[in-house]
Amino acid sequence: MPTKDIAGVTVEVNEEGYLTDPTQWTQAVGEAIAVEEGISLMTEEHWKLVHFLQKDYAENGVMPTIRRVKSTGGIPVKELYALYPGGPLKKSSKIAGLPKPASCI
Amino acid sequence: MKQLVILGAGTAGTMMANHLVRKLDRTQWGLTVVDQHATHYYQPGFLFIPFGTYSEADVRKPKADFIPKGVTHIQEGIDRIKPEENRVVLADGRELPYDILIIATGCKIAPEETVGMTDEGWRRDIFDFYTIEGAVALRDRLKDFTGGKLVIHLNEMPIKCPVAPLEFTLLAEAFLTHKGVRDKTEITYVSPLSEPFTKHNCAVVLGGMLDEKRITFVSDFNCERIDPVARKLICYDEREVAYDILVTVPTNMGDACIARSGMGDELNFIPTDKHTLQSNAHANVFVIGDATNLPSSKAGSVAHFQADVLTENIQRFIAGKPLDPGFDGHANCFIESGYNKAFLIDFNYDVEPVEGAFPIPVVGPFKLLKETWLNHMGKLAFRWIYWNLLLKGRPMPGITTKMSTVGKKLNKQKGA
Repeated sequence: MPTKDIAGVTVEVNEEGYLTDPTQWTQAVGEAIAVEEGISLMTEEHWKLVHFLQKDYAENGVMPTIRRVKSTGGIPVKELYALYPGGPLKKSSKIAGLPKPASCI
Repeated sequence: MKQLVILGAGTAGTMMANHLVRKLDRTQWGLTVVDQHATHYYQPGFLFIPFGTYSEADVRKPKADFIPKGVTHIQEGIDRIKPEENRVVLADGRELPYDILIIATGCKIAPEETVGMTDEGWRRDIFDFYTIEGAVALRDRLKDFTGGKLVIHLNEMPIKCPVAPLEFTLLAEAFLTHKGVRDKTEITYVSPLSEPFTKHNCAVVLGGMLDEKRITFVSDFNCERIDPVARKLICYDEREVAYDILVTVPTNMGDACIARSGMGDELNFIPTDKHTLQSNAHANVFVIGDATNLPSSKAGSVAHFQADVLTENIQRFIAGKPLDPGFDGHANCFIESGYNKAFLIDFNYDVEPVEGAFPIPVVGPFKLLKETWLNHMGKLAFRWIYWNLLLKGRPMPGITTKMSTVGKKLNKQKGA
């Protein structure tokens, strides 16, 4: 399993840079990944999504879909795209230290 | 007398009725199937209707022909399930008590979920091919098509038969070439996914085909709305794709009766154990086919493999034995690629589609992840198998419930 030095610590990642052990996540790691993803400042709105993903993943064991983020997390889809341009769930799940959302079917 | 009730007489529910009528002690158990519709459609055949390969008559038969003797068949809508009271309320107000419930209510398109989809453009220049009405309307429109922008669009995962939109795209390319209007047509495939298919190995092979056939792939496109007047799809990130004909696979949702029963997730799919098919919430409720929330494909082959596991588990549940965690996510799909050729893929929860032979390892006759004429013939032959073997719960020679890895080139699997 590859590792990566980020924010002063070493974390295990997969080939696409997603953390493989959520317990290695810290806010500082999240901020550093955000910078790599082109988000230089994580605002409260950015964190709101990250925290929803972490909570929902912990409760259900699967990554929520955009539909679920909207219906259960209460965050409008348009806002997600404004916060995380290009791929809201792919970026925010990486920042959250969670697996890449699989459209597994 | 105890009661086992099956909700839905589609592929999964019909198979379960045929399996259980032979396995249950009929002096102890009554068996009832409920479905509001009279006609059983061979849904894989819808793909061929827009191109005139199949007619409506080729894909429909009365549901009653497939419900075995000894099973009570009720043709009525379902209002709701009351799982705490072990009863089902029908649309006409009748109540059916049950000891065991099997939910096989499937999923269907929900075009109203997308703003602009069902406005004035619906079935004028916006079509689906997941319903008989949509497939027939599209056939009539394609007949007169003289060229322009043909856009095939996948709105949201999960969908029934995840390969169908790609198959449609490849078949349309061949159809338009044959018709002599391919050079006047731009074909675009629009998907919310990053790759043309959900399984990476397969996406690489099929993505190559899209390039080869000059089909543009637009990825990561989450449709915010459709403008039916300007005829364009609009993404949340403000990208736009213009069309003359839009062939869309709308959002798929579980049946509305699941929402009314408070048993589903945000898409009305029922949280289900991915190996035993028992409902997560109620021990005497089992779920099969497209109605589940499982991370397996929503496809007839999957329901077929699930039916074997569920038949075993219903008997174990009745006997008070532990359930068999036997469902491995096995799916097996032909992928039509046009010009009388097709691919075949075989995969499960853990193993991606890889090269090999099916159903007999090494021998075949079908080749996995390869484009062959024989695979295409297999797809066409499958309609007979569906009506005559699969729905009736008869064994299919050489096809096993659990996926076989013998003779497969597993080293080609990504991330295994």
